[in-house]
Amino acid sequence: MASVKVRLWKERIAKGFMLLSGFLVTGSLFFIVGTILYKGLPYLSWEMVSQLPKGGFYIGKEGGILNAILGSLYLASAATILATIIGIPISIFLTVYLKQGSFLSRLSKLIYDILYGIPSIVYGAIGFSIMVYFGIRASLLGGIITITLLTIPIVVRTVDELLKTVPADLRHVTQSLGATRWEVAKVLLLFIKPGVFTAILLAFGRAIGDVAGVLLTSGFSDNLPKYIDEPAATLPLAIFFQLSSPIPEVQGRAYASALVLTIIILIIVLCTQYLAAKQKKHKM
Amino acid sequence: MHAVSSSKTEKAQDVNTQVQSHIVIRDLNVHIEGKHILKNINLDIPNHSVTSIIGPSGCGKTTLLKTLNRLLEDVSDVSISGSVLVNGEDIYAPDAEVTHLRKKMGLLSQKPFPLPMSIFDNIAYGPKIHGIKNKKKLQEIVETQLRNVGLWEEVKDRLDASATRLSIGQQQRLCLARGLAVEPEIILGDESTSALDPISTQTIENLLISLKDAYTIVLVTHILRQARRVSDYIIFVYNGEILEFGKTEDVLLRPKHEITRQYVKGFIS
Amino acid sequence: MNTIRLLKDKIVRNSSALLLFLSLSVVVFMGLGLVYKSWPLLESESLFRLLTEKIWSPMKGYFGFLPFIAGTLAVTTVALIIAVPLCILTAVYLTEYASKGLRNSILPLINVLAALPPVLYGVWGVLFVVPMIKEYIAPIFGVETSGYSVLAAGIVLAVMIFPIMISIIVEVLQTIPDELKAASLSLGATKWETIQHIILAKAKPGIIAATVLAISRAFGETIAVLMVCGNIPKIPTSIFDAGYPIPALIANNFGEMMSIPLYESALMFSALLLFAIIFLFNFIARIILNRLENKYNG
Repeated sequence: MASVKVRLWKERIAKGFMLLSGFLVTGSLFFIVGTILYKGLPYLSWEMVSQLPKGGFYIGKEGGILNAILGSLYLASAATILATIIGIPISIFLTVYLKQGSFLSRLSKLIYDILYGIPSIVYGAIGFSIMVYFGIRASLLGGIITITLLTIPIVVRTVDELLKTVPADLRHVTQSLGATRWEVAKVLLLFIKPGVFTAILLAFGRAIGDVAGVLLTSGFSDNLPKYIDEPAATLPLAIFFQLSSPIPEVQGRAYASALVLTIIILIIVLCTQYLAAKQKKHKM
Repeated sequence: MHAVSSSKTEKAQDVNTQVQSHIVIRDLNVHIEGKHILKNINLDIPNHSVTSIIGPSGCGKTTLLKTLNRLLEDVSDVSISGSVLVNGEDIYAPDAEVTHLRKKMGLLSQKPFPLPMSIFDNIAYGPKIHGIKNKKKLQEIVETQLRNVGLWEEVKDRLDASATRLSIGQQQRLCLARGLAVEPEIILGDESTSALDPISTQTIENLLISLKDAYTIVLVTHILRQARRVSDYIIFVYNGEILEFGKTEDVLLRPKHEITRQYVKGFIS
Repeated sequence: MNTIRLLKDKIVRNSSALLLFLSLSVVVFMGLGLVYKSWPLLESESLFRLLTEKIWSPMKGYFGFLPFIAGTLAVTTVALIIAVPLCILTAVYLTEYASKGLRNSILPLINVLAALPPVLYGVWGVLFVVPMIKEYIAPIFGVETSGYSVLAAGIVLAVMIFPIMISIIVEVLQTIPDELKAASLSLGATKWETIQHIILAKAKPGIIAATVLAISRAFGETIAVLMVCGNIPKIPTSIFDAGYPIPALIANNFGEMMSIPLYESALMFSALLLFAIIFLFNFIARIILNRLENKYNG
């Protein structure tokens, strides 16, 4: 057996490695955000966020990224609303209407877990095929359909996790008042309300940040879509397409888009943290 | 073994002749995940009195309580046979309507679970879902029930405040009032004071005693002293069977069965 | 009144059941749709040849997927080699050593990392990782490279899988009962020895599940990898070579050149490959995690 001294040294070395890893992992976040801030800040201006790009796609030097900002907001909001409308009833059905631990509920939850892991490029490929089949061209609508499919599992899983945290006794006392299952569900939703907003925000964050799903389905345009069947730009697409441009001004639009997207994501994360704290307090 | 069951049914009949029962259980068997949790339960729970279900933990006392309210069936892999008659109506009959019969039984759970809404709405919730829309009528109900549980003076100025702000003892009284607001006939208590401090416990116990003229009360408790303080009758459940059922003094002071004697010994010494 | 309430209840029940059914059928639809679309290719070539052939030249009708499979594996392996040790050490530090205050300030940061969209990782990769490899890392090894390489993709991917690995491992570590640690410590073991022999041994299934989930995440990641991996359909022989993973293949070519026979079918086949592998990996990981959860909760 090694002496105590050696053993304690081992402990110290191990701890050093752990600290180093923790530092690297956390540091990577600051690295990424820092890089984007460094590159994006010089280009961020009121003109940039309030104007459409001018002078032609990929080569035009003038204008801003309003098309991408609004396109992203349209697409992500529509998809999130649809996913919420579809996803919340599903989680309620799984927890309130089905018996706990029944085969169907376990199977469904497993499938949603898996769907959550399916990469968005596969959703995109499927969405594209559906669109070709129905003769829909790459458009806002196509993007919305794909992203809705992508975000439903997020809503279902998060709300399901939340419903799991509701004590069974709360359901029982509500039922004891003679409430139907639907009325019980409404009470449960009230109970997890802050958490439901978290789920919606998470879905929105995923929806607004996704590229692979919309790359094939929503097209890209320098203009704002007037109708839902017109192609639309999104921030991630604007970054993806313009980052490799040889023209510095166009590249600048990509940096600015990255910065705007980062800010939106950070706001969403802050809101979710706030809501999570509120949900904790809610539960006493 | 044989002697036990005969003395049990004797006692049950004995009680039955004294008062007409609200809740009658016949040949009730419950299996959960293949385990036989409740075995051949036959019981007539006396009206307008407090009946306590006691027994070692894991013996099935909470399960017994939950079968009265059909709250067991949310869990899968539960099979229930036999019948539970409430006012002569079998609640496990295929055409029985659950929400309607649950309304007859208020549940007071282990910890207070105020609904995530105001004090007023907590109490008005039940009447509202059962169709009372009149604001004045709701206010009346809320006041009556809060007075009933002695909470009115404490909260009348902050009925719009969130119920979670109340102390835990107040919350439990609020939950009792909420249960009473749907005009049940029966109150079921599942170790309802286990999360409370001694003073709040006493308040709840006194409330239950005062309510027994109007309600039939069934409590699960693991505190023998509480059973002694509040109940008129005691059911001793052991290993899924009813070993003993009778007047409180009889069960606690003159138990017929050796296991009961050992279980209550701690109480007597 | 009562009948209306019961009716409402029934309507909600039936409509939500319908939604569940429809959304679950998406999986079936995806699988079948992909098989249907890739059928023409599968009919013309044997599955084995598709997966082992090295030459990718759609114009000439050669559809060898080996370069892409190799690209995916190379990128994923590099990412795992970087991420797994870092994540285990970080997770152990956070659960066993860090104060509550530190843990509560680090974990939200890791959530931010999880929330960042892939394209931002890609931007970081292009602006920082790629030049760093070109200017500093490759010269150390005496290699010349554009920087767009398997290594760059591996580093970006590693950072992307940090959050999922760390959050799962932390969760698993937290389920290990304190009594177990106390038992080991009271035998005179140091904290690190306890971690080595007791905690990590106990957490092994969870760590494996986290790794499997991370692998499937890495397999499917498209944009961030696409932006930094170089996209040359050749089997990479060193980490400084360019690679071309499957998702990048789909993203780069989908919807274009559809006039080439079998091309669309080939792309759909690659989507099917991804779908099948990731379905399987997720399935395995979730089964392990659900087992663990049930074990500790009941």
